[in-house]
This record gives sequence, structure tokens and C-alpha cells, in this order.
Amino acid sequence: MAEPRYTVVGGGLAGLMAVIKLAEAGKQVDLMSIVPVKRSHSVCAQGGINGAVNTMGEGDHPDIHVKDTLRGGDFLAEQTSVKGMCYAAPGIIYMLDRMGVTFNRTPEGLLDFRRFGGTLHHRTAFAGATTGQQLLYALDEQVRRYEVMGRVRKFEYWEWLGMVKDGAGNCIGSVAMDMRSMEIRTFPAEAVLLATGGPGIVFGRSTNSVINTGTAAGRAFLEGALYANGEFIQVHPTAIPGEDKLRLMSESVRGEGGRVWVPKKKGDTRRGEDIPESERWYFLEERYPKYKNLVPRDVATREIFQVCRELGMGIGGGDAVYLDVTHIPAPTLDAKIKGVMEIYEKFVGDDPRRIPMKIFPGMHYSMGGLWVQFQPNADNVPEPGHPLNQQTSIPGLYAAGEVDFAFHGGNRLGANSLLSCIYSGQLVGPSMINYAASRTRGEDQAYFTDAKREWEDRFESIRKMDGTENPYVLAQELGDLMTDACTVVRVNAKLEKALEKIGELKDRWTRVNVLDQGANANRALSFVNQLSNMFALSEIIAKGALLRDESRGAHYKPEFSLPEPKTRDPNEDPEWMELWRQRNEKWAKITIAKHTPNGVDISYKDLPTPVLDPEPRWYA
Amino acid sequence: MSQGQFVHLKIWRQEKRDVPGKFEEFKIPYKRGMNIISCLMEIQRNPVTASGSKTTPVVWDSNCLEEVCGSCTMNINGKVRMACSALVDRLDQPITLEPLKKFPLDRDLTVDRERMFDSLKKVKAWIDLDGTHDLGPGPRQSPKDQAVRYKISECMTCAACLEACPQVSIDNHFIGASAIAQARLFNLHPTGAKNADERTRGLMGEGGIQDCGKAQNCSLVCPKEIPLTTNITKMNLEATKLSIKDLFTDEGQRTHK
Repeated sequence: MAEPRYTVVGGGLAGLMAVIKLAEAGKQVDLMSIVPVKRSHSVCAQGGINGAVNTMGEGDHPDIHVKDTLRGGDFLAEQTSVKGMCYAAPGIIYMLDRMGVTFNRTPEGLLDFRRFGGTLHHRTAFAGATTGQQLLYALDEQVRRYEVMGRVRKFEYWEWLGMVKDGAGNCIGSVAMDMRSMEIRTFPAEAVLLATGGPGIVFGRSTNSVINTGTAAGRAFLEGALYANGEFIQVHPTAIPGEDKLRLMSESVRGEGGRVWVPKKKGDTRRGEDIPESERWYFLEERYPKYKNLVPRDVATREIFQVCRELGMGIGGGDAVYLDVTHIPAPTLDAKIKGVMEIYEKFVGDDPRRIPMKIFPGMHYSMGGLWVQFQPNADNVPEPGHPLNQQTSIPGLYAAGEVDFAFHGGNRLGANSLLSCIYSGQLVGPSMINYAASRTRGEDQAYFTDAKREWEDRFESIRKMDGTENPYVLAQELGDLMTDACTVVRVNAKLEKALEKIGELKDRWTRVNVLDQGANANRALSFVNQLSNMFALSEIIAKGALLRDESRGAHYKPEFSLPEPKTRDPNEDPEWMELWRQRNEKWAKITIAKHTPNGVDISYKDLPTPVLDPEPRWYA
Repeated sequence: MSQGQFVHLKIWRQEKRDVPGKFEEFKIPYKRGMNIISCLMEIQRNPVTASGSKTTPVVWDSNCLEEVCGSCTMNINGKVRMACSALVDRLDQPITLEPLKKFPLDRDLTVDRERMFDSLKKVKAWIDLDGTHDLGPGPRQSPKDQAVRYKISECMTCAACLEACPQVSIDNHFIGASAIAQARLFNLHPTGAKNADERTRGLMGEGGIQDCGKAQNCSLVCPKEIPLTTNITKMNLEATKLSIKDLFTDEGQRTHK
């Protein structure tokens, strides 16, 4: 038999970290990516990476990081993996430092840390405002080194299509397509890792990159992998709306002192820079005197949404508020957040150093994803190297990075995503190796021949689709629908309607025109297939949102929200605490979506809380 | 400078490498704030030319749409730049879109830039890490050194510098500004400096730094405004010093045999 190989799908932070762990252990890896890995979506992360390194003399500690993360996620995160992540964080930052990441420095030459949302500590290491890009490059460089050493083969511009399973239902490899030659082939593997990122494109325009259709996760779900907490979608408070995408204005802007406000006078027609201090309403600072502009993202997003949509206090009565850094000296801005300043300048045309930026919330991140498991040890962290860590419900199929559901619960804290990507990538490498060591492989050639033929047949039939519907128009309609029904405010009547409309879109998909018969680099062909997987994800999200009759983290359903407590600290209102306890008992559970012949089936799984007991979440 | 209701585009269409291509013209509805990517997306939703004939959606590369991934480099009105940050309001119409010409074509506006990633291997653009296990923090660095390195490390391998360089052609091997600057990025790192000579030697063979004609186009077109010519000058100096040093050391003699 040929030398054993591992497949990693996706070349963002999680995928590359896993490749490094596998190659470092002497294993052979096939790294597959829809774009050259250096162009993966991780480059878009701006603000930084969290780790309680405590070099700022604030008494920070991984335990406080754990608490901030679990509380920030409204107690829906998988607790042992969160603890493992927060304890690993300082070491991860040091490893990146050794790899040569150009982190900002203190005068003594140490790593500098900035503040981010949902914490009161300076815990975020950063490289200007392009931290994700810098981290991705560092891992990309290490992977290139292993490529030269002959341990990694890259398959760039290859799209993962689906699993190859043996008779027992174990994942024993993949089917993939070369997006240039359109060749379809199989990749036998000891274990397969999906590190394929989030599903932003399901929402049409978002802060996500073009490739983030979620197609791989959608397909894995249709092939039997469980999907968890799909309805938890983070809408970032500060983005600039564009025709092609919503461009993120990093939370680091507020971490460095940026202030959010609207004119006190409704419909004020003056330019932002002409409105005097006394006539500005800093609503986040007023409502959250402790965290001010750095409340968690779901909280900030709801406040901005409410100010614009309910109070009609948005700039010029529309969907926008000011994000203001004009009080910060320009050299400071350029040293710390130049990348973001430049994006605003380039795409809007105004200089944010002089003119307050206009922003509005935009779909940003999926806390939910493929359900994965962890094997806790006596310290309540994942046992290093255990084959169950990061394994999906399908043996041999792993998931890490944004595509897994584990680390962020109901809402992700800023600068925890780069961390969770790298931590899960570190965890999953050894786990895949030990899984492979624990089982013997048979000769399964027939499974591969069959899988390849099935996919060739599927694409042959897609190629013949010559109906009247345009697949890109269907995707746009899906995006508008999902943005309207499944982002900031969720209402059951609207969600029911959305599910109905997704059904209609799926039906229209059968009458799609593939638009391109070409045998070379036929992107439309590939997109028509991706679209069917995007429908699967949209149903998971919408149905999960419909059935979860409560508000938790980013999932906000005013019809089912608890009343406001009578005291500022809810713990001092016993009646309210009783309501909260009942609510929590019913809903502090993981949503599990399963594919059935009749569509998405939703059930709930108990969530153990060995690390921290749930408590009401308040930031006032 | 909105031109009324429509945006007029002339886009290069070519099915594959060795077949002839042609321009196709499109007129698409104008919207405020449009960039080139949103025009191409509009064509996907309605793939019909200006003369009303059906065509295929244009094939192009793009990903982040905020100028950090380096995907969407193309020639726009004859100038190499990123399509995502090319705003329609600031372009003369008809807007001409052509693929990069110094790289093998894949289809329409997509090309194969593998050459650039190969160059990164040649200059060993990485730190030789002992391993990913816990070894504590890296070496201390001053904010000043960080600022110099950070600028270079923003290079997104977009290929604009190679496309604009008169010394680069589709069939030669000149390594180009991007990889030269990357060699310096790692030579400037306290750990990376331990292998500085190896990296510099990667710039000294066929197609190496000596082929730079000092046209300085690279600095002008770099979307990240990396001071590429400064980096080339610095690495040239290192290469010269190393070639003299190599005359007198065993290691140098071995390498140049």
C-alpha cells in the first residue's frame, strides 16, 4: 500500500497549523485549497489574538480569559475546549513570535497588547491592523518549508467535493475537483480535516471573503455529519456597507479609543465633524459605563440597530452611526490601526483621521459549525493527542477553525477567532495521527472508484442544466432573505416564511442554467454545486433560529426575551433570577442539526459545565 | 465622474492558454460606490454583452475584496492594480480589463502566479523554527525594527511589481522585487539573521538580484506602498558583501563551485 497520507482541506490558520503539526511529526500531508493558501480568509482578521500573557501588570490570568470567553458566549461554548484554548494562548502567541510575526512592540522590545471587547484587560497581541494576514503568512512560511522538505503536497485551486466512506461509515478519503482542468479525483487519507471556514456568503454580502460559501460544511452535513448551534451568527457592529461586500472596521478601532455616537438631534443635517461635542450622543458609553465602547459584539450590534431602526436616530435618519477616532493623534492611529484607516480611505474616500467614519453592523462570523467532540482530562481540558479531539460525528472526519462549533458559544469575543483557529489546528494534528494509529486499513479501492464515478455523474448532469434560472441571482436572493430574517433581530413569523422561501429557491435551483459549458476553469459549474450546499446551511440556520425560543448571545428574539431585571445587577432581583434559571435550564443546550430524507432535523444536547457555572450575562 | 446610467466595460475573454482571445463589451447599470468586482458580479447575474448576445460569466480571481489577499490583480485601463480597490467613479470609460501579461493565462482574467511562490522557496522566506513546542517568547525587537519589518510583511504576493517590471517577462526567471524584499524581511529578524547568507545566495544565481534594471516601477505600482527599491538596494549591498566574503571562506567556495 502507498505511504499513508493525511488530507487537510483549507489553508487558513486552522488548516495550516494542522499541516505543521502533522508534518512536524513526520507525516505526509495533502493540503487542498480553493485558493492559493496565502490568500485564505484568515488574512481579513484585523485586530489581534488574545492571550492572558499579563505583561501589562494588570493581574490577567488564563482563568479570567476563560471566564470572559464563556460569559461572552452566554454559556453555550464547549467548556473544556475553551479552557484548553485559554491556557494554551500565551504559548501560541510566543510560538508565533518565534516564527517572526511582526507583532507591535513596547519600548522595551516586548510584545504590546491592546484592549478588545468583552474584557477589561489588555490581552490582545497585534501586528498593526492586519494581524490575521501576518499570522497566516507566518504559518504559510512554515508550511512552505515543509513543502520543500517533501512532507506537504499542495493542491491549490482544488475544491473539496465530498467524503469517501467505507462500508462501516468511516471517512477514508475525499473527492475533489481541480478548478482549472475540472478533473475529478479521489484522495485516500488516514484522516481528513475540514478547516474550511465560515458560511458568510450564505448571507450574500458580509465581511467574509468570496470563497466563504460554507460549501464543504454543507456537503459534510448532507453526508451525515452533525452540525451544531447553526443559528448563532455574529453580526459585527462596525462595517462599511458596499455593493460587493461589507468591509470590516476592526474592533481594534474601539480598542484604541474609537467612540461610537450619533447626533443628539434627530435627523441633524450637519456633517459629523461640524457637530460639537455637547451635541453628540455617545450611547454605548452612556448605557455601559464600565465597558463603554468595548461591550461584546452582539450587545454593540443590537444597540446600534436599535438606535437606527427603532429610535430613528441614525445619521440622517438612515442606517449608520459614527465611529470616531478624530480625537486620537494621527501618528498613533498609523502605528496601531493603519490597515483599517487605509481600507476606509480607499473604499469610502474620506480620511478617518479627520472625518468620523460612518458604519453599520454586518454579518461577520458563525459561532456554530460542524459538531466536534473532545476528550477531557482530569484538569478539564482536552487530553492532548486523544483521537476524539475535534472529531466530527463521522469517524475519520475532523473539523477545526470557524467550521467547528465549539469555542464561542452564543457569541464570539473579538480576537478569540485567530486563537481558536490555531489552538484547534494544534489540537487536531496529533488527534488525527493517533486515530490513524488506532485502526487498520483495508484495501478499499471500490469505495474510491464508486465515489469518483458518482461525482463525475453529478457534474455531468449539472453541466447539462439549461433552465431559466441564474445561479448567481438565486444566491443573491438567498443572501437578502437570510440577512433580513436571520441576523440581528429574529421573529418567528419571519423565520417560518424564510424557510418556505428557501424551499422555493431550492426548487428553482432544479431549473438553473449552468451558464458555461467550458471544459477549462469553469467557475459557474462549480458554483451551481456549491449553491445546493449553501441551501443546506441556510435551512440549518433558519430552522435553528425558529425553534430556539429565547434570546442568547447573538440570537435575539424579542418575542421571547426575559423582561429587564429590576436591579442593575440582576443577581439582586430574586424574581428575575428565578425566570433566568428556568430559561437557562431549558435552553442552555447545544442545537444539533441532522440531515434526514425529510430535511433538517433539530434536537438539543445537554451541555456539561465542568469549568464554570452559568450565570446571567450583564455588562451594565 | 458617474457616466449616467451605465458602466461601459471592455473585458478580455480567452477560453484557455493557447487559443486566441478577444475583447467583449458590457454595459451594466451604474450604482454609487461600485468597484470593478461589483461590475463583474453583475455580469455573472446577467451574462449578456453590450450588443445583447449571451455569453459566459467572466472568470477572474478575487477573495477578500479589501486589498489584503492579493488575488484580484489585473490590468485596468492598462495599469496593473487590484480590482477590488478600483472604484468605477475614478476610472475613465470604457474601462478595459485585461489579465496580467507576465504570467501564463488560465482563463479570461485569471493567470498562474506559481512563479512567485516558487521564488519564496528559493530565498527560504521563513524562520528556521526548532519546533512548535513551548520554548517561550521570541527575541526582543525594538518598535523601530518592527515598523521596518511590518511594512515588508504586508506584501500579499499580488504580482503587481513583477507585472510592471521591464526585466520580467513571461519566459525568463528574474526573481523580481517581491521575493527580494521578503529575503530582507527574514534577514532583518534576529533569528532569521542566522541564515541570512543562505537567503542572500538565493538571490545571487541565474535570474537573481543582479538582473534588476533599476527602473523602479515596482515601488510605483505596489498597492501596499512597500519601499521595494530601498529593499532591493539593501539586498544588493548584502549580495555584494557576501560575494566578496565567499571568496575567502570555505562555505563560499563550496557554494559557488
